[in-house]
Amino acid sequence: MHDIAKEAANFINLDVINIIYLFVVGFVGGLVSGFIGSGGAFVLTPGMMSLGVPGLVAVASNMCHKFPKALVGAIKRAKYGQVDIKLGIIMGISAEAGVLYGAHIQQNIKSAFGDAGSNLYVSVSFVVILAIVGGFVLRDAWKTYRSGSTHEEEKLTRLAKWVQSINIPGTMVYFKSLNAKISVLFTIPLGFATGMLAATIAVGGFIGVPSMIYVLGAPSLMASASELVIAFVMGLGGSLKYAMGGLVDIRLAMIILAGSLFGIQLGAIGTTYVKPFMIKVVMGVIMVIVLFSRALMVPVYLAQLGVIETLGETTVKVLKNTSFAIMIMAVLIGAFIVLRAIWQGRRAEKVATKEAISHS
Amino acid sequence: MSQDKTKKRPVVKTLLIGMISIALYTALLLNQDIINSTFARGGLYALLPIATAFIFSFIHGSFTGNFWTSLGIEAKKRKKTEGK
Repeated sequence: MHDIAKEAANFINLDVINIIYLFVVGFVGGLVSGFIGSGGAFVLTPGMMSLGVPGLVAVASNMCHKFPKALVGAIKRAKYGQVDIKLGIIMGISAEAGVLYGAHIQQNIKSAFGDAGSNLYVSVSFVVILAIVGGFVLRDAWKTYRSGSTHEEEKLTRLAKWVQSINIPGTMVYFKSLNAKISVLFTIPLGFATGMLAATIAVGGFIGVPSMIYVLGAPSLMASASELVIAFVMGLGGSLKYAMGGLVDIRLAMIILAGSLFGIQLGAIGTTYVKPFMIKVVMGVIMVIVLFSRALMVPVYLAQLGVIETLGETTVKVLKNTSFAIMIMAVLIGAFIVLRAIWQGRRAEKVATKEAISHS
Repeated sequence: MSQDKTKKRPVVKTLLIGMISIALYTALLLNQDIINSTFARGGLYALLPIATAFIFSFIHGSFTGNFWTSLGIEAKKRKKTEGK
């Protein structure tokens, strides 16, 4: 009984303000996830920790809200014909392996270099990966916008054409999102990388979605929808692991879920109103803004490790708060773009309906 | 008139599922001490939070979906009207 009491003592007291805060953060995170297939998690975990929730409980509870949210989002988007379940499950299973390996690396870094080393590793991963992938996604979206081909079907990249042309007997699987057979030897490492990123920065989709688009050749809408299946598979496995350790605070998970299910439904609806390149715009914008947020923290961890001179207490505080504020801004901007797209799409639809009626 | 205006919105269904959802959340928050101590035991007790997550996602997910539909916020209608 004492152990149980000790575990329960890790769980914070919830008042009305905390509940409303978690609900709202959940809603915004869900809105973005419903639209681009992931995102929001990187705000939820620090968001919970700012309430005094221990880091591991925050990660575990976030995970336990993620899989039911992804399930609801995937079902919704499957109704719009956007989900490739087979691709999602195959990548999800390899992502699970990536999560376990990523967590193992994290543990090793933590035991060798302590908390500051582990935090530095997470921040540098954020900055490097988001700079490369986010920059690429945003550049591609910009090029599509500039060329005026936003209405046209997305073109396959040269890499995707090559991947689809390779035939490795015994490993070929047909995927409806690609309308082609590809070797699972390509999907496995991509899924693995998605899982590793999820274990490191909590948002595997920043690798998963772009890799499905640019490496495999899936359309943006299907890639972001299938990412929800990957998130479900990864989240379920991860939650089970954390729950077995008694780390899930089910109240936190379910309150965030309360808000995020409102958001994910709306985000999913939003995808039916936008041109596919908007998925890339929202994803790219969030990735690049988050990159700046994490970059601000790098000097803090370098100072803690003694690599650079110690920073003043005020400087650390300013950097931490600015970093958190930029992160929140990233998700809010993403949510704003999604809501605006729904608003504009619905208005255009109403005008078109009126015109059709007046012409008939 | 356009079809969507005449289409019935699932208001009653939304209210009913909404009440079930609120009941679930009320039960969770009113019994948080016992739920926390049981669910955090680890081992096989891990199935309890997982099952709870599935139940909440089913009920609350259905509620939120119907909620937006009731407000008239739905997916864009496809242009194709043929082939019922």
